[in-house]
Formats: sequence, structure tokens, C-alpha cells
Amino acid sequence: MSATGIGAPVRRTEDFRFITGKGQYTDDINRAGQAHAYFLRSPHAHADIVKIDTSKAKAMDGVIAILTGDDLAADKIGGLICGWMIHNKDGSPMRAGGHPALAQGKVRYVGDHVAVIIAETYQQAKDAAEAVDVTYKTLPAAADIDSALKKGAPVIHDVAPDNTVFNWHLGDKAATDAAFAKAKHVTKLDLINNRLVPNPMEPRAAVGDFDAGTGVFTLYTTSQNPHVARLVLSAFIGIAPEHKLRVIAPDVGGGFGSKIFIYAEETVCVWAAKKVGRPVKWTSDRTEAFLSDAHGRDHVTHAEMALDDKGRILGLRVNTKANLGAYLSTFSSSVPTYLYAPLLSGQYNIPAIYCEVDAVYTNTAPVDAYRGAGRPEATFVIERLVEVAARERGEDPALFRRKNFVTQFPHQTPVIMAYDVGNYSASLDKAMDMADVKNFGKRKKESERHGKLRGLGYSAYIEACGIAPSQAVGSLGAGVGLWESAEVRVNPVGTVEVLTGSHSHGQGHETTFAQLVSDRLGIPLDQVSIVHGDTDKVQFGMGTYGSRSGAVGMSAIAQAIDKVIAKGKKVAAYALEASEGDIDFKDGRFSVKGTDKSLAFGEVALQAYIAHKFSGQQLEPGLKETAFYDPTNFTFPAGVHICEVEIDPDTGVTRIDRWTAVDDFGVVINPMIVEGQVHGGIAQGVGQALLEGAHYNKDGQLVTASYMDYTMPRADDLPSFAVGMTSTPCPSNPLGIKGCGEAGAIAAPPAVINAITDALGHENISMPATPQRVWQAVQQSQRKLAAE
Amino acid sequence: MYAFNYQRPKTVRQAAGLLAKAGGDGKLLAGGQTLLPTMKQRLASPAMLIDLNQVDGMGGIELKGRNLHIGAMTKHADVANSHIVKTAIPGLAALAEGIGDPAVRNRGTIGGSIANNDPAADYPAACLGLGATIVTNKRKIPADEFFTGMFDTALEDGEIITKVIFPVPQKAAYEKFPNPASRYAMVGVFVGKKGSDVRVAVTGAGANGVFRLPEFEAALKTRFNAKSLDGLSVPADGLNGDIHASPDYRAHLIGVMAKRAVNKALGK
Amino acid sequence: MASVTMTVNGKTVTATIDPRTLLSSFLREHLRLTGTHVGCDTSQCGACVVHVDGRAIKSCTALAVSLDGAHVTTIEGLASDGHLHPMQEAFREHHGLQCGFCTPGMIMSAVDIVNRKGAMLDEHTIREELEGNICRCTGYHNIVKAVAAGAQAMAATKVAAE
Repeated sequence: MSATGIGAPVRRTEDFRFITGKGQYTDDINRAGQAHAYFLRSPHAHADIVKIDTSKAKAMDGVIAILTGDDLAADKIGGLICGWMIHNKDGSPMRAGGHPALAQGKVRYVGDHVAVIIAETYQQAKDAAEAVDVTYKTLPAAADIDSALKKGAPVIHDVAPDNTVFNWHLGDKAATDAAFAKAKHVTKLDLINNRLVPNPMEPRAAVGDFDAGTGVFTLYTTSQNPHVARLVLSAFIGIAPEHKLRVIAPDVGGGFGSKIFIYAEETVCVWAAKKVGRPVKWTSDRTEAFLSDAHGRDHVTHAEMALDDKGRILGLRVNTKANLGAYLSTFSSSVPTYLYAPLLSGQYNIPAIYCEVDAVYTNTAPVDAYRGAGRPEATFVIERLVEVAARERGEDPALFRRKNFVTQFPHQTPVIMAYDVGNYSASLDKAMDMADVKNFGKRKKESERHGKLRGLGYSAYIEACGIAPSQAVGSLGAGVGLWESAEVRVNPVGTVEVLTGSHSHGQGHETTFAQLVSDRLGIPLDQVSIVHGDTDKVQFGMGTYGSRSGAVGMSAIAQAIDKVIAKGKKVAAYALEASEGDIDFKDGRFSVKGTDKSLAFGEVALQAYIAHKFSGQQLEPGLKETAFYDPTNFTFPAGVHICEVEIDPDTGVTRIDRWTAVDDFGVVINPMIVEGQVHGGIAQGVGQALLEGAHYNKDGQLVTASYMDYTMPRADDLPSFAVGMTSTPCPSNPLGIKGCGEAGAIAAPPAVINAITDALGHENISMPATPQRVWQAVQQSQRKLAAE
Repeated sequence: MYAFNYQRPKTVRQAAGLLAKAGGDGKLLAGGQTLLPTMKQRLASPAMLIDLNQVDGMGGIELKGRNLHIGAMTKHADVANSHIVKTAIPGLAALAEGIGDPAVRNRGTIGGSIANNDPAADYPAACLGLGATIVTNKRKIPADEFFTGMFDTALEDGEIITKVIFPVPQKAAYEKFPNPASRYAMVGVFVGKKGSDVRVAVTGAGANGVFRLPEFEAALKTRFNAKSLDGLSVPADGLNGDIHASPDYRAHLIGVMAKRAVNKALGK
Repeated sequence: MASVTMTVNGKTVTATIDPRTLLSSFLREHLRLTGTHVGCDTSQCGACVVHVDGRAIKSCTALAVSLDGAHVTTIEGLASDGHLHPMQEAFREHHGLQCGFCTPGMIMSAVDIVNRKGAMLDEHTIREELEGNICRCTGYHNIVKAVAAGAQAMAATKVAAE
């Protein structure tokens, strides 16, 4: 391994601009003559719009235009789309209600977009928004799953009179029923997977621009996948054909899923730029982000696990109700279905699984993918069930898991997935060792001596990522293919530009991708630059989410590099006057086998461009190759996290005393960056388990609409993490990479809750396990003890 | 933020004059750590903003006899780090060290905090728990009469806090249970013992802002020890309830925080 | 409109501005110093932290007009003579940033912590002192390491300079 090659903890090349304040985020971009947009949002969760009177507001200082849904309709601008078709049990398609970028006749959640005010300054736009007179006829609201499914519930979309988007299922019901019929023990749990707000630190922003001379629109936006944004804005929403629309996602300050989606605001900004003849800029404030960024999770689940007399899992039955909010966001329908149920087998050998999911409209913000997307929900179900089953049987939870682990690979689960490779016991052993599980009893006694409760919780998670083979996702309803593209441009002097469809918004691609190129081409890291996030530069790409940039995006680069080397050999053969078959490429040099004749990579690049040694009929000049890589399977990162908590029973405060993570990500390009991804994921998972929860009141008002009420994890909420790795290289991509971006967020919540319930001695606690809830649970245990 | 007329007086008298001129539509800007966020959210819309940051003679920390004088524009960080405060009333310095976060403490002022009387602010508990006197450009107001309700004080139109006088106690401490999200006090209890007088003041919990606990005070007067509070409880009626803490939980936390404050005051 | 003069990163600037201009807006929009970020509306996230007269403050919760005569240092003014500040170096060396959005405020707060608390900072102190800075990417693990190392590097640089 070289100091900068694969496996080296190279310091990030992108950091310089960030630590010096020279990053270029969307809100840092200002176009000459730009105007500012402010969105007038619905204060009601559910209402008919009777009338919008803009006359007074239009006359105010600085106001350029006020546009509404009627203007969108007049320009034949289409609605926002959901790009994943789910079919009901009976084969009929899901019921997708219309989703106009500005409301047309009705608002369906607090924060829904009613009108946009464009003015010379942001303050003027905001001032004018208050003068827009909207007459609403308020309707009863259904702010949660239960209210939406109740008889006589308000109808949110006419297309779904019972507010059900779909009734979907996966697995073999008969086989699962049979497994339960012969069970010796059944463990049952009711679980709530709490609703979260993603909260990347950079709020969303957009700058729309229109060049009247060329007819080209440009949209600068906070996106994880600018090409998908362009595709949707062109082909579905109809802003402009793709060759007349450029989407640029510059530095993006975190996404965690919430910047995958194509939102109303960027649609309106780019459309309005032509309409008002000025660049139009919008930047979300934090409360707008809470109201209108797509939220995550929000499942209510009843789950049952069937066991035989030896504690082996026979079957799993899961019934989930998933809140999708007021509209179907871009990938929302895939999250509680194909990103969820196929992971319910966890790391375990489970012969029969049946899962039913009812997806529900409510008068709340749309719900879509958030770090982990479906897989944290699945892991929470299986890892809580396994833990409780072990406790009910009086078995050690680690041994119980080990007994049920999948040990033979490949392993076909009853829910689509074919696990390719893994060694789950290896991660468990290493984690138990690092966490010093054997001395937990001593620590527990020590805590008791100080009046504290101590608990230990496991989470043995698996996820499917590197999403995924296009044929596979297509057969499951995806509207797009999920390959990735790369273009490796070698310049005449031998420096390299890699254009990738993966987008970096914190993941460090500019470093890891360059490490791969440096390693493969034998050139120094600083001779490589990674270009991403601009549809005018990169031909096409599917973007970054689902921990796919390493496994899919880098594999595309590797393929393009292979082509560069192959072409380089041809060039070298002419230049060195040898036959192509005799050319070797190693450590950055093309050489003729068995001779001392060789050329450095840069020299061959120059030969390729000057083309003096071969004719155009023999070989095309230049050195630039493209690859579209489509993997053969999902990847299956897996691992074991162990959380140890100490609870103050007087206040209910839970302190995480130690955290151990052992993950198998296959081949790791940059361990420093991978560990950083694990840390961040754990923090978000701990956030879900202990701190975070989006809360709507019964009228559909978002109570947690700022950091005053929504608890973000802070430095003093968390411990340092002990991170270890095991490795079984992934066989389904050329690099052996599995992906690491979501692991922590997937693993962490059940580890925390298993630790807390271990400390409390009962299972009755829901997320987030706030001090109040833990205190109430302690009271409950004490009452129970007193009664005994 | 709505537009406002900005004024930067140099003296308390000028400031008071401007405040009078503004009628009910003037607001004083001290550290701005609560006022500015409120104005940004358009929940406050003063027509005139009178900036006190260049007014002379509103800062400073002085020990005069057995009384600690703190100028109204003194920043939380300066109270927290003051050798005088740390020596005279360490519990007050510790309270200041726990307000907001370091950047907020570098701007926020004692006068601003008290004048705003946010029901979750820390300083009101110290004022009440130490029996402080709030000095204005017009008069001196005992803390017991100053805090009249949520975001409400005895301050009259045109009245400006210039300093706060804290009698130096024998023992005092503050214990806070922060709201997990905002980190404001969800329950904060200040205990102060001076001679035979014991004061217990609670912030964060009451629907009407800071309040005293006579029963707790009586028990601690008998014996200043956490054990004296065993068996005492606070009724949940009239306490705040929100998603983070029900009135019951707040009532419970008051008991726990009070005991911890007593222990802290005793150096335990 | 109101007039304000202040020194920003060593340069004197004078401007006539709407009095409701926050220091963060003044820096970002008038001076085009976009390294100072705004991540919330309630002065909690700390992405906007800058130094005013040597002390860390949240620039989204201060009026620019109120800081007439002040000396302001932003992330752009932290490096000197082309050399990164030791705290900037420490964040890079210890991978104390991912998306980079909270980083300017985080670094400005970290420098302020060292100015107040000295070079020997334990993990508990660092975590408590970072209460006013929210990061969504790193889980704080590497930020804590970076601040501890940066603190020592700042002390070493100071010793070397003396």
C-alpha cells in the first residue's frame, strides 16, 4: 500500500477550502441582477384555497412578481413526481395524488407552498408575503396515521378516499403462518419508529437563471443528484428539455437523503427566472427546513417472531403502517417497501417471512429517504425482536444471535435478498472483545453502588446498499436505472480529471476517488482532480445516496481506468515500436516485456495527443474513456454495535458510557474517512434513539419547528466511539467495496434501546427515550417491583 | 425582521428619553440574545430599537460591603469569569457559566435577561434566591416584587435597569436541568442561605415564571441539608407542560434539583 | 439607513446599511465573506461564529450597526501570511469536518475555547464548550480530537514565537 493508495488514511484534499471559508455553497452564489424569492406557506394543515388576493402585496416596495399555482398551470408546468411505482396486493398501482409545486386549490400540510413572492431583497419579499390575502376554508386535518385511517377521516387526496397510498406485501404468507403454527414460543412487539427531520446543517437553497440569448436555464441547487434533478425537471415537470437546462450542485452542506428529492422551491426558482427575466434566489431558513424538507421514518409496526423449542427462529410476521405525509416525495414509496421489508431477515437464518405495509397520507410534510431509508426501520424491528426473544427465553442475547446467524454464503433470504458474503460471528466476537463485555457485570455493580442503572445492548445489523443493479430495481418499480457513470480524462501532460456522477456533500469523494486513480494509474494524488455536481461537465449520473458512491461510483471509475490503460497500451505499443500484447502497465509505466524500454504514464498521454507515432486509421488520438457501471447485486455491509448506557433513575437521564462498532464494509479505500462516516451515522442513530422526534399536534401544526424544540445531538450528548473493522470483500463489484455511509444510523437505534431496556428490566420504552420517558419507565419498574 | 428606527444613546438619561419618546413601541437592545431571535421570527416588532451597548456606566462588578453590585450591561461571561463574583458568590458565577453557550455568554447581559424575564431564564432564579435588588434609573425594586409573570416585570414605561445588587450569602448554589433541545432551564433551582434566611427559587417550571418554594425554605431553615427536603413535594398544578416535560415530571425534577443544589451549596 | 464602521480581518470597512442587517448578513452579503454560514434562526447551531474584539459571538444574533468600532475576525481572517492557523490544520489532520458547513463556526469557537481555557483540554471540557456548535456529519468524535490537538498546537506555536 502506498501512502496515498487504496487503504491509506489520506488527509482530505477538499478540506483546504472548507477550513479557510472558501467553500462555495449555493447560498454563496450570487448572480448579477438577482432577485429574491420568499415562499408564502400554508399556516393550515388542510384547507381549500378560496381566493388569493395579491393586489396589495404587488404594489409594495421592491416587489417584482407574485406567482401562484394558477401561473404554473397556465405555463403547463407539471407537478412533482414520485419515481418509484409500488403495486397493491391486488396488483393495482399505488394511488399518487397530484403534487403541484405551488398549491392549486388546496393545501395539505403546514408549510405547503401557496405562492412565491419575488422582490429586490429578501426582506421585501417577506414583507410582501404578509400582505398577500389568502382566503382559506379550513378542513379537518389528519396529522397522524391513526387519524388518517379512522372512519370518516378527512380525505387528503381524492384519488385515495381512505388515505391509503398502497397496501403492499412481501414474502410467503402461507409458509409464515405455517411456521407460527408450529412455534414453541412467539415473541411479539409493538414498535414506533419515530419521525425525524434530517437537518443537514446547510439549509436548502436554489438560484434559478435564464439566458434569453441561448434559451438555457441554469439551476444552482443543494442537490445530492443534479442529473436526476435535471431529468425530472425536464422530462416530467417540463421546465425545459435537458440540453437547455443545466443543473449545478456546488459544495453541498450535508444531505442525508433530504437533498435527493426534487422540491417545489428549486422548480419554482428556475421557472420564475425566465418569467421575471432575472436570476431568482431562494434560501431556506431553519424553520422552513423543518416544515418543508422531506422527513424520515414514521412507522408504526406490530411484529412477531416464531421460535422453536431450541430458540431457533422459524418465522417473522410484520405489519407496518408507514406515514408518507401529504404528498409522495421523489422516492418515498420505495422506502417502506423495497428498502425495508427485504432487510427484515437481518443477519439471521429465517425460513419464512411475511410483511404487510400500509402506506398512509397524512396532513404532514412529505416523508422520504433519510440516512438508511427503510433499513434502520427494518433493523429496529428485527434487532428489538431478537433481543426480546432472547430475554424471554432467558438466553444470552449474543449467544442467541450467534445461534441464528447466517453462516453459509451465498444465502437466499425469503425476502428477495441474496446475501453474497459475510462473517457475522467475526464481527460479534471482535465487538464483544472491544466492548469488554465480560466485565460488564462489574461495571453494572459499580453503577448500582452510585444509585445508577447500567445496561448493555447489541445491534447486529445488515443493510443492502450500493443500490443497485438497474434490472433488479426496475423489476421492483424504480423509474430509473441505478448504475453510475465515470469519465476519465487524461490530459496531454498526464494529469487526470475524473468526471463522476456521484456527488460529494461531505463524503470526501475528491480524496477517495483520487486515491483509486492514483493507485491504479501510478500517478501522484495531486495530479488527479475529481469533477462532480455539474450537468454541463458530467454527462450523466445517478448521484449519491444509499451508500452507493464507493461500490457503484468508484467501480465505474475503475472500469474507465481499465479502458484508459488498455488504450494506453495501444499508444505505448506504437511509441515503443512493440506489439500491444507485449506491453505491461505497472506503477505508472508502460514497458515492453523483457526489455528496458518503457514510457511513463504522462509520456504515453502526450503520445496519445500528439499522435505522431500512429495514424488516425490505426488508432484514434486522445486519451479519454467513459464507463457506465451497473453492479450485479446489492452489497451487504453488516456489523455489530454494542452500546452501554448508565441511567440516572432520579432524573431519567441516559448517558452513553461506551460505544463499540465493528463493521464489515469489505474493502476500505480510506479508513479515516470510513470511520468518520461511522461516527456520523452513530450520532444520527443515537439522535433517533435518545433525542430527536418530529412532533405534530392534532391540528397538524409542527411543534418541533426549530432547534428550540427539536433536539439535535450535540457534542456533550455523545461519547467517543470505538470503531473496529472486519472484512469480507464484496464479490459483486470490481473493488470489493460494500459501502459505509448509513451503517451507523442503521445500527445505532436498537443498540441504544436494547441497552436502556436491559438497564430498566422491561421493554416498555419508545424512541426517543428522552429523560422524561426514561423517568416514567423507571417509575413503572419501581411500581412493578413494589407490587411484587 | 421588521424595519425599525435604530438609536444609539450614550447615557442612561438619553436612553430613557428615547424610550419615553417611542411610547410603547420602543425596545432596549442589550445583548440581544433573546430579543434579536424574536425579532428575526417577526414575533417582536419594535418601532424603535434603543441600543444600550454604548451607554456609559452600565457595566462593572463591584463588592461594596456585603453586597455585590453588577452593572446591567455586564455580560454573562464576565460574571462567570469575575474573580470578585467567584469569591463572593461562587454559585452565581457558576450559574452565569451555564447560561446558553460560550458565544451567547459573550453577548448576553444580566440586565437583559432579567428585564425579559423569560420563564426559562437562569438569572431570575438567582435574583429571587439571593433576595437581590434590581436598580433602575428611577428606583430600587426588590426581586420579590420584580418578577410579576411570564415575560412580565415590575418595570414601568421608560424604566431601565442599571444594575443588580446581590446580598452575599453564606451558601448558595444553582442546579439546572436543561431542556434537551433549547438547553434553556426546564427546571432550575437556586438555593441561598444568608443568616437564618433561606431562599429556594425555581425557574423553568412555572407557567408564571420564577417562583419561591416556602415549604422547602422552611424545611431548610430548620436544617440546611438535602435530607431536610425528603418527603416534600411540589404540586404539578400550575407548572409548565410541553413535549419535553409534563407538569408531573417538572414537579419531580424540582425536588431532585433542589436537593442537588443544597448539596452543591454545602460543597458535597 | 445607518452608518457603521468596523475592522474586519484587519481592514477598515464603512457602510451605510439597513439597521436590521445582522452581522452575518453584513459579512456575507456586503463584504462577500461567505465563509461565515447561517444554519439556524435561533442562535443555536453556531455555524456563524466569528470573533468580535477577541471573543466568539454568533454573528446571526448581533446587529452590524451595534458593532460600530469593533474588530471582527472571520474564518477568512484566521490564517496569516499564507499559513493556516494551527486549529485549521488540526481540523484537517484529524478529519474534523465532512460537509464543511459547520466548520468555520466550529473552528472559530475552538480557537475561542483555547483562548479562554488554555491548551490542556480534556474531552469532557471540549464537549461542554462546544454546546453552541452543531455538526450533523461527524458525530463530533473527530472534532473533539481536532480541538484537543489544535489547542496544543496553538500553545506550541505561541511558545515558538516567544
